[in-house]
Amino acid sequence: MSDNLEKQFEPRIVAFFCNWCTYTAADLAGTARMTYKPNVRVIRIMCSGRLDPQFILKAFREGADGVLIGGCHPGDCHYQEGNYKALRRFTLLKRFLKSMGIEPERIRLEWIAASEGDKVQKVINEMTEQVRKLGPLNLEPVSLIHAEPARSNHNTQPVMAKGGAS
Amino acid sequence: MSKPKVAFYWCASCGGCEEAVVDLGPDILKVVEAVDIAFWPVALDFKRSDVENMPDHSLAVSFINGAVRSSEQYEMVELLRKKSGLVVAFGSCAHTGGIPGLANLFDRKAMFDEAYFNLPSVTNDEKTVPQLEYDAPEGTVTLPELWNTVKTLDQVIDVDYYLPGCPPPVKLIADAVTAIVKGEHPPKGAILAPDIALCDECPRKATKPEKMNQKAFKRPHEIMIDSEKCLLAQGLLCLGPVTRKGCGAACTTANMPCTGCMGPTGNIVDYGMKALSAIASLADSNDEEEIEKILAKVVDPVGTFYRYSLPASLLHRYYQPAPQGGK
Repeated sequence: MSDNLEKQFEPRIVAFFCNWCTYTAADLAGTARMTYKPNVRVIRIMCSGRLDPQFILKAFREGADGVLIGGCHPGDCHYQEGNYKALRRFTLLKRFLKSMGIEPERIRLEWIAASEGDKVQKVINEMTEQVRKLGPLNLEPVSLIHAEPARSNHNTQPVMAKGGAS
Repeated sequence: MSKPKVAFYWCASCGGCEEAVVDLGPDILKVVEAVDIAFWPVALDFKRSDVENMPDHSLAVSFINGAVRSSEQYEMVELLRKKSGLVVAFGSCAHTGGIPGLANLFDRKAMFDEAYFNLPSVTNDEKTVPQLEYDAPEGTVTLPELWNTVKTLDQVIDVDYYLPGCPPPVKLIADAVTAIVKGEHPPKGAILAPDIALCDECPRKATKPEKMNQKAFKRPHEIMIDSEKCLLAQGLLCLGPVTRKGCGAACTTANMPCTGCMGPTGNIVDYGMKALSAIASLADSNDEEEIEKILAKVVDPVGTFYRYSLPASLLHRYYQPAPQGGK
């Protein structure tokens, strides 16, 4: 790409879709040849209740700008109540992310039934634009965290120290 | 035969770990009999130059407690690493960052602004802040640099073993010292505590119900705590299910919920997330609004779930965009 062309930020979104509803819906969207933004990397899990919040932080740590979670509609969970557990964890996780300085809008939970291919298309497109607006999530790379910090001056504003205790 | 040389050092810590060594009680005499304490600034008069003058690897083992957050601490742990055969991260702060690690919710500028300018008790019209170097008439004087981010010991030097706990339980210290002195070395990277959740040794284990969903979480001061019933079942935020045992369930025995100082069991990557997952899924509702209301009782998710492990977590610190280019 030439230098004078402003490169548009393309968000990287990791999507965790449950096997029974949302993943099947994504499959349906595919066979129905619906087009949607290519920014999403889908990972199939058996149930949204299997989604350990560690996976979400891991995705962010590995370079995701957003995480999308898809599960069965309330009452439809193949395992009775996995999606409710996902909802409970999601609720607290959003608040946690906020207190860590990460926009809660970077994660989204949607109930998408196996027949709702069009909803997969809509949600992915919306999510991509939403994360694009938020901009990239540039977590400090682990290599930097472990590196010896460069010696810099303590204060960030030029302030003269006064000698001795006065 | 000369006795193996041992060093104790502290970084960003409260001194409780040193206290734990003294808590060995009469057993400490056995330790002193078996080893030669070559460096222990908090208890005995040694200087940094004493360590510098030792040949490399001449210390059998260094027990280092505290997180690392200043250039001075970094220089000392690097020096001890060079002089030691084994390095043991001693206590929660060295292991996972500990309480000082919660400073990672802020940055250096925010802390300095608060401490030197904004506190109501501070008068600092001339905006004086500590400088790393200052030219005094007598010559240049220097101060160590405070880092922006608090680090665990293994984020700055190679660590052989971990002794978790805030402070580590006396029994685990004694076992570890004995094993190391005898030359019975566990595999490198081992956490010298049992890899089983705290519930296993909790005296309340038998009262743990099959389902312990909660309509309302409680904070310890809000209820009269039943001294026999499972604390989680009483609605308290007890982190026993995700925390390593080995402390003899000291807190739950004393009628207080576990706060997780022993760190995660072996299969957990990020302690706080696992704890959040365990607690959140107990909210007894399927309704979005009600769930929010129940979980609002978890007032401070970071402080509750990462009380001892923020620097060791996947996020390490409050989000601060990486310099230039990032990933």
